[in-house]
Amino acid sequence: MTVTTGQEAFDTLIAAKQKIEPRDWMPEEYRRTMIRQIAQHAHSEVIGQQPEGNWITRAPSLRRKAILVAKVQDEAGHGLYLYSACETLGVARDELNELLHNGRQKYSSIFNYPTLSWADMGAIGWLVDGAAITNQVALTRTSYGPYARAMIRICKEESFHQRQGYEIMLTLARGTEAQKDMAQDALDRWWWPSLAMFGPPDDQSPHTEQSMRWGIKVETNDQLRQRFVDMTVPQAQFLGLEIPDPELAWNEERGHYDFGDIDWEDFWEVVKGNGPCNRDRIAHKVKAWEDGAWVREAALAHAAKRSAAAEPTANTVNAANTVNAANKELS
Amino acid sequence: MNANPFAANPLFSYLLRLADDNLVHAQQLGALVSWMPELEEDIAVANLCLDHLGQARNLLAYAAEVEGAGRDEDALAMLRDERQFLNAVLVEQPNGDFGQTIARQFLLDAYQVPLYEALVASGDAQLAAIADKAAKEARYHLRYSTQWVVRLGDGTEESHRRMQAGIDALWRYSADLFAADDVEDALAGIAADVAPLRTRFDATVQAVLAEATLALPADPYQRLGGRVGNHTELLGHILPEMQSLYRAHIGAQW
Repeated sequence: MTVTTGQEAFDTLIAAKQKIEPRDWMPEEYRRTMIRQIAQHAHSEVIGQQPEGNWITRAPSLRRKAILVAKVQDEAGHGLYLYSACETLGVARDELNELLHNGRQKYSSIFNYPTLSWADMGAIGWLVDGAAITNQVALTRTSYGPYARAMIRICKEESFHQRQGYEIMLTLARGTEAQKDMAQDALDRWWWPSLAMFGPPDDQSPHTEQSMRWGIKVETNDQLRQRFVDMTVPQAQFLGLEIPDPELAWNEERGHYDFGDIDWEDFWEVVKGNGPCNRDRIAHKVKAWEDGAWVREAALAHAAKRSAAAEPTANTVNAANTVNAANKELS
Repeated sequence: MNANPFAANPLFSYLLRLADDNLVHAQQLGALVSWMPELEEDIAVANLCLDHLGQARNLLAYAAEVEGAGRDEDALAMLRDERQFLNAVLVEQPNGDFGQTIARQFLLDAYQVPLYEALVASGDAQLAAIADKAAKEARYHLRYSTQWVVRLGDGTEESHRRMQAGIDALWRYSADLFAADDVEDALAGIAADVAPLRTRFDATVQAVLAEATLALPADPYQRLGGRVGNHTELLGHILPEMQSLYRAHIGAQW
């Protein structure tokens, strides 16, 4: 009988396209990469509540308001499953929160753009969620089991979000002149940032090669971006809206749309923190967290009192778990 | 004394009173999504918002049908002015800190549970059906808000102080929930009788505050008027935000 090392077992699983599970041995760098990627995804869902939350109080009908609230709620829910998936790698949610607040972990740069009209609710659903799904469908085959499984559930909800976004756009595009203008303006503002969501071109993407080897990524940024463009152009045509790219054209030979160059300088500026809303998004998140400190402390203190009364040896960790369980029941 | 203009179509006015409590409250909760102390609470506040909004929509749609003037739920929500809103003044009070948010939710829940449970037996079948669904939601809301009143009241010194401050700030708007006039008088067997509601409300409040080590304020003053469109100044800031987009594009479909 041969003794297999952790590395060999890991390599065998990856080669067989099987899933790595939390208890399996994994290279430290794989663990770090997964934590970084899942946390960034979780943070994106949480920060993603803000640009759409910005229109909840002004939604133009009660039906649209209800759909929007439900969608923003789904995003918070996605944040929760993703933090749970990340916790299986041995990191606590509070630590991740701290890393987001101090800027050491990122969220998707797309949420650093402002939502300036109601049509942005349509454009975000259609384009931003559409780009996210393109990415996430590929991630249902990613090598880390808990992440792949979280993606399956998230994709189902995202695809509903994408349809509702498109339906908002369709309603506006079939509406009054002012509504059509609103829809075109939203497309003009969200198109390029949506294409940039797939990340830098393959030859400039620092993590792509290793991530492909580990089965974390199963398709490259450029492949996914092309798929998104090919899918979205006919949808824009159906809406009667114009994609803001003069170089956009069908390439018969490639069987794909050609499209213009993305302004990567702008992209990196936004990643570095110089986007229109970076500071506001983090300031909002930090303020909500700090304003809520006394509430979280009270929940722990109360649970400790209760468990002390029920069982004198119980400690505050158990009490905290009770509070979390009570909270989860409510969600 | 002036005649009560809302008594002309009592069922319509009664439905608006019920609907507007939920609509204005949902509007306030919607502004809190992403501002809560934990991700779980963001999810919870969105749930509460959706339930109250759903109740408002059911009631407004029925009110529109009863009125028979060609208005729909959105026309009622977006085109009425402040003086035509019939919500209790409690729900237009500010979100404040989490203690105040919970105090407002708790007082509303302690009223809505017996309200909807009574309306399940309403002689109006449509209203009874709406109440049946709403009662299940309201019982769940009351369980949620009660847990937080108790946790905060009997948590830390700071949370006790803030939860008590929330109750102190809002108690004076609670009696408006029960304000009834010839609208309700005209709807015997259809509207809920307010006296038993008040009894159950008082019992709930007393029991929960006792468990939470909190007390009701000594000041007996109660601000009334919401049920006849005589609001605090706050509603006039909530409605323009809610109605702005709809009003900027009259006739547009969304």
